[in-house]
Amino acid sequence: MIKEIDAILDENPKAGREDLIPLLQEIQENQGYLSENAIIKVGKHLQLPTSKIYGVATFYNQFRFEPKGKYHIQVCRGTACHVLGSSTVLDQLEKHLKIKADQTTKDNLFSIEVVACIGACGLAPVICVNGEFYAKVTSESIKEIVENYRNKND
Amino acid sequence: MSLNIEVNNQKLSAEKGETILEVLKRNGIKVPTLCHIKDMLPTGACRICVVEQRKTGKLIPSCSQPVEDGMDILTNSPKVNEARKTIIELLLSNHPDDCLYCARNMNCELQTLSNTYHVRERRIRGVKNNHHLDLSSASIVRDPAKCILCGRCVRICDEVMGISAIDFINRGSNSIVGPTFNKGLNTSSCINCGQCIMVCPTGALTEKNHFPELLEALNDPKKIVVAQHAPAISVSLAEEFGMEAGKDINGIMNAALRKIGFNKVFDTSFTADLTIMEESAELIERVKNGGTFPMITSCCPGWIKFAEEFYPEFLPNLSSCKSPQQMMGAIIKSHYAQSAKINPEDIYSVSIMPCTAKKFEGQRAEMTSKGISDVDAVLTTRELAALIKLYEIDLNNIEPELADSPLGLRSSAGKIFASSGGVMEAAIRTANYSLTGKELVQFKVKEVRGFKGIKEAKINIDGLELGVAVTSGLQNAKELLAQIKNGRKDIHFIEIMACPGGCIGGGGQPINTDENALIARMKSIYNIDEKESIKVSHKNPEIRDLYRDFLGQPLGEKSHHLLHTTYEERDVLK
Ligand code: SF4
Ligand code: SF4
Ligand code: FES
Ligand code: FES
Repeated sequence: MIKEIDAILDENPKAGREDLIPLLQEIQENQGYLSENAIIKVGKHLQLPTSKIYGVATFYNQFRFEPKGKYHIQVCRGTACHVLGSSTVLDQLEKHLKIKADQTTKDNLFSIEVVACIGACGLAPVICVNGEFYAKVTSESIKEIVENYRNKND
Repeated sequence: MSLNIEVNNQKLSAEKGETILEVLKRNGIKVPTLCHIKDMLPTGACRICVVEQRKTGKLIPSCSQPVEDGMDILTNSPKVNEARKTIIELLLSNHPDDCLYCARNMNCELQTLSNTYHVRERRIRGVKNNHHLDLSSASIVRDPAKCILCGRCVRICDEVMGISAIDFINRGSNSIVGPTFNKGLNTSSCINCGQCIMVCPTGALTEKNHFPELLEALNDPKKIVVAQHAPAISVSLAEEFGMEAGKDINGIMNAALRKIGFNKVFDTSFTADLTIMEESAELIERVKNGGTFPMITSCCPGWIKFAEEFYPEFLPNLSSCKSPQQMMGAIIKSHYAQSAKINPEDIYSVSIMPCTAKKFEGQRAEMTSKGISDVDAVLTTRELAALIKLYEIDLNNIEPELADSPLGLRSSAGKIFASSGGVMEAAIRTANYSLTGKELVQFKVKEVRGFKGIKEAKINIDGLELGVAVTSGLQNAKELLAQIKNGRKDIHFIEIMACPGGCIGGGGQPINTDENALIARMKSIYNIDEKESIKVSHKNPEIRDLYRDFLGQPLGEKSHHLLHTTYEERDVLK
C-alpha cells in the first residue's frame, strides 16, 4: 500500500534532523519522488528550513523531484556499461526524449534515471524499463525501444 | 599556555586554541581567504588559505588548523603560491569574463586575488555555467554564474540572520547556491536585508539598481525630483571615496545631491523625529488603554517581513508606525506637494538608504495612496556613491550645504536612529517628556548602545517601570522572542533591527571596508548627539510646525492615514 506523506510523518512524531534522509527515502519509496509539498511538509515536521532540505536532497543522486513516467527507464552507468558506451546511449536517450536524467517528459510517459551497476554486466550496456532488461543497447536501438513503448501506449 | 612557532624563519608566540590564520593576522602576515568568515566556525571549503609545513612539505588550510607547539610554517613558499594560483585559476575557469560590466568591478575579491597571484592567462578552461540571472526580488539580484561557491552568503543568512533563504543545491560541478527548489528569491523567506551582498566576494549578489528610471526623471524638466537621505548615510558615504571611516559629510552630500540635479534635499532624520512623536504616543496609549505588550518597533523593513513570515503571532505587537522613509515619502507627496503647489504625480521621490530591504518596502502595496507610491526609487549608499561618480562630482572641492527646510531640520535623537539602540533611546527621551512634562537629566541610555546582540535596560518614568530591550542581527531577535513566548513579562518595549549594529551595518553600505568601519560610524553618530543641542524629537521646531500646520496631533486623523500602516501574515517557502 502506498503511504501518504502525512501518514509517514505521523509515524515518526519524534523525528529530528538526523532522521531527515531516512524520512526522505521513505517518502520517495511510497510516492515515487519528492514533491515540493513533501519537502515543505518535512520542513515543518523537522523544523528545518526548506532550503536546507532541498539542498540535502539534491546532494544525493538517489532522490528525484519529478514523478516517474509511465515508463521509467533506468540507464546503467556502472563500469562495464561505461566501457561499452553507456554515456552515448544516455546522451541519445536524453536527446530523443528531450529531457535530462531525473526528469519526466511533459506527457508523463517517460522518465530517465541513471543507476549504478545493476548486476547484468555481461549484457552491457544495459537499460531497464519498468523492470524489463534490454541488453547491448546502442544509440540506435534505444530509440526503437522507446518508440515501441510509445506505440504500446496508443 | 603560550606556544612557540616559527613562521617564515621568524619566531612567534601563539595561544593554544588559536588557528594559524589568527596568529598570522595578529602578526601582520597576510593570507588570502575566501570561505572564511571572521568569528565563525571554519568550513575549510576553498583552501585558498593554505600554508606549507616546512618539515613535511604538506599544505594545510590556515583558517581551520589550530596552531601546535613547534610548528614551522611557510606562508609564501613557491609551493604555497603555486597552490593558491591554481585554486584561483580553477575558480576562473568557469567564471564569466565580464569584469568590465560587473557591479563589483574594482571591488571584487576574485579580481584582486587573480591580480595578486599574477594570473595572466586562462590556463584552465572549464565549461561556463550558464545559470540564469535571478531578477525576481525587489532588492537583490542573483547572478549564479559569478558565484564561486564560497558559502559565505549561506552562512550569514542562516547563522546571523536566522533565515536560511538560500543554501547549496546539487553536488560537484552542478552545485549552485540558491533558494528552495532553485526558484526566484521572491518566493523564498528572504527578507531583502542584503547581508549576503555584504559578504559576497564577487558580483554574484548585488542590489537591484534603478539608475535608468532615475536618470530619466532627473532629465525630465516636468519632474520635481526630491531626495531624502537616511541618518546613517552621512557617516558612511565618505568610505566610498577613500576618506576615513565614520567621517560625517552631511553638508557635502547635500551639496552633491543638488549638483546632480535633485530639486530638493530632505533629511530622513526629520521623519525619524516624526516617527518618535507617533511611536511614543502609541506606547503611552498602549500603557493607558491596556494595549498589546511588548510593543515592538517597526522602522526596519527586514524585521517587518521577517515577523510577517515567521512570527505572525507578534504582528499585533508591532507599532503601526510606518518607517521614517515611508513617513517622509507620504509627507512629501501630501503636505510638501500641497504647500509647494505641485501635483504629487509630478514628484519623483528618491530615498537614499543604507539598506536593500527599503527597496522592497518602497514597493509594498500599503505604501501608496490613491495609486501613487510614497517613494519612487530607493538607492543604497553604494549607489549614491556611484551616482556621484557618474556626475563627476569632486567631493573634496565643494562647500557643504544645509538640507531643505521644512523636512530638513532634525534633532540628534532622529540622527541616532542609525545605530542599534537609537530608536529606543530617542523614544525614551520623548516618552519621558510626554508623561512627566519634564526633560530627562541624563539623555544617554548607555545600556542600549553598542554592538551587543541583545541589550536590556530598566527605565523608570515617574514611577512607571518600563523594561526595554534592543536587538540586532535577527538570530538574536529569535532568541529574545523565544524568551517572550516562554512567558517573560518584564519587557514592554523592544527595538528590533535586522542588520547587526543597526542601519550603520545595513546591506546597502560600502563593501569591503576595514573591520573597524562599523565602530567608527557608530562613534560618529553618537558624537553628533553629544555635540548638538536639540537632543529630543519633540523640540525639533519643524516637527512642531508640521503638527500645527498640517497633522494636528500624534495619532490624529491625518497621521492615521499618512503615517501608520498594517501588516499581514506572509506565506513563503520557509
Ligand atoms: S537578503 Fe538577507 S534574507 Fe535575503 S538571502 Fe540575503 S542574507 Fe538572506
Ligand atoms: S553568492 Fe557570493 S557569497 Fe554566496 S557562495 Fe556565491 S560567491 Fe560566495
Ligand atoms: S555496469 Fe552496467 S550492469 Fe554492471
Ligand atoms: S579560507 Fe581557509 S579554507 Fe577557505
